[in-house]
Amino acid sequence: MKNYSIFDIMGPIMVGPSSSHTAGAARLAKTARIISGGNIEKVKFLLHGSFAKTYKGHGTDKALVAGILLLDPWDERLKNSFELAKEEGISFEFIETDLGNVHPNTVKFMIIKKDGSTSEITGSSIGGGNILIFDINGTSVEFTGNNPTIITKHKDVPGVIWQITKVLFEKNINIANMKVYQKKKGIEATMVIETDAPLSNEVIQAIKSISLIDDVKIINPMTEGE
Amino acid sequence: MFVNSGKELINICKEKKITIWQYTLQSESKDSGLNEKDVFERMRNSFKVMEASAEEALHKEVKSYSGLIGGNAFKLNKYVQNKKTLTGEFMVKAMARALSCSEVNAAMGRIVAAPTAGSCGIVPATIISAGEKLNLSEDDMVKGLLTATGIGMIIAKNATVSGAEGGCQAECGSAAAMASAAVVEMMGGCVSQALDAAAIVIKNILGLVCDPVAGLVEIPCAKRNASGTVSALTTADMVLSGVHSYIPFDDVVSAMYEVGKSLPCSLRETALGGVAATPTGAALQKQVFGE
Repeated sequence: MKNYSIFDIMGPIMVGPSSSHTAGAARLAKTARIISGGNIEKVKFLLHGSFAKTYKGHGTDKALVAGILLLDPWDERLKNSFELAKEEGISFEFIETDLGNVHPNTVKFMIIKKDGSTSEITGSSIGGGNILIFDINGTSVEFTGNNPTIITKHKDVPGVIWQITKVLFEKNINIANMKVYQKKKGIEATMVIETDAPLSNEVIQAIKSISLIDDVKIINPMTEGE
Repeated sequence: MFVNSGKELINICKEKKITIWQYTLQSESKDSGLNEKDVFERMRNSFKVMEASAEEALHKEVKSYSGLIGGNAFKLNKYVQNKKTLTGEFMVKAMARALSCSEVNAAMGRIVAAPTAGSCGIVPATIISAGEKLNLSEDDMVKGLLTATGIGMIIAKNATVSGAEGGCQAECGSAAAMASAAVVEMMGGCVSQALDAAAIVIKNILGLVCDPVAGLVEIPCAKRNASGTVSALTTADMVLSGVHSYIPFDDVVSAMYEVGKSLPCSLRETALGGVAATPTGAALQKQVFGE
């Protein structure tokens, strides 16, 4: 029997009309934006399945752009996101496509940054406003953003994992889940760590200062109504 | 961990001499590690969002983002002011509030999924209207919200509150059951009476399909929120008069789940059956999404 928080049943607080097609879409895009690191020039949204077929009626398009602008799923400015994006000089494009054998509510973000670099992030809206990110720049990952999450890009050599977990140990932060993904043996790997406690700037800086780490992204959960 | 059944809920409340809202608050506090006051305040925050969404479309015509629906809460609220209604100001206002939430949701306004966005009007409209009539405080209405949530927890554990899984009976049916139990407790009814109200409401909506036109939470969803609100309010009166449910809550919830699972896919939020598949439903879909 599944366990719920009472705020799963009475909630979330959200901008309508659909928890999966609007609130989940906004969460996916906000998470993608954080992973990309910002400074965005253009975003191409590749919409799959039900997202591709019904995005206009559910405001999925506005929700996705709102998430790129870091708006939360309950922010009433969500419906004006196209205008807000224009003010920030971010352009966007929606492309209906087939991403293969994935959840019907899936979107691939192709984020082009002002420095010319690109990020590609793919995730699904899996119901009730919950999400699953499963691909970052061609690396298969799996996380929901319900816990504070650390995503690293680091040298694939011994000792990196130990150095990161040491930082967490020193700050008394418990790890809920963790997984390491080798991208290129001896060269590059990615790690996703989900923790029980929120991650402060101090922790983030301590992890960033580890020399074998090329990049760190931190996703703290979106707390309702704040 | 929250109790798994209505029967367990009756027993634990009897043993601790507490109500459903108190049990729900205590259980969440224990599971989340937050203190009871913080849980209560978070629920108050949800209540305030509900209040705003139940009010907004009463005073101005709110049109849905797709353009399919809107303005009906405004119409009802105007109608109530001429005092010539059949079911009275209380009932018409309650329906208007339910429509207001649904219209605000469809217009990309802010709502609380209760338990879903499609059924977001029933719990607020029922609790706010009953609270107003009974002259209750905001705290009392937040307590009602906790009662409603406790009922929803048991339904979600044993069945489903998703239209895609169990049809509209699972969404609007659950919302109305939660709301009716809340009103019973707000009026001083006991735990088993609250569960009886929830059981009767679900029995009366058993089998209702989920058939949204164009796949959007608008037609027929908004009006089902109004109808669920009426059912929640009238059933509370029925139970408080001493009427019992012959079939207990737990049995009704599993019946609802069985019925939901046996509904064909076309009647579970796919827009392939029911009113969505009528010639008019198909034409409206074309109007929103093109060919």
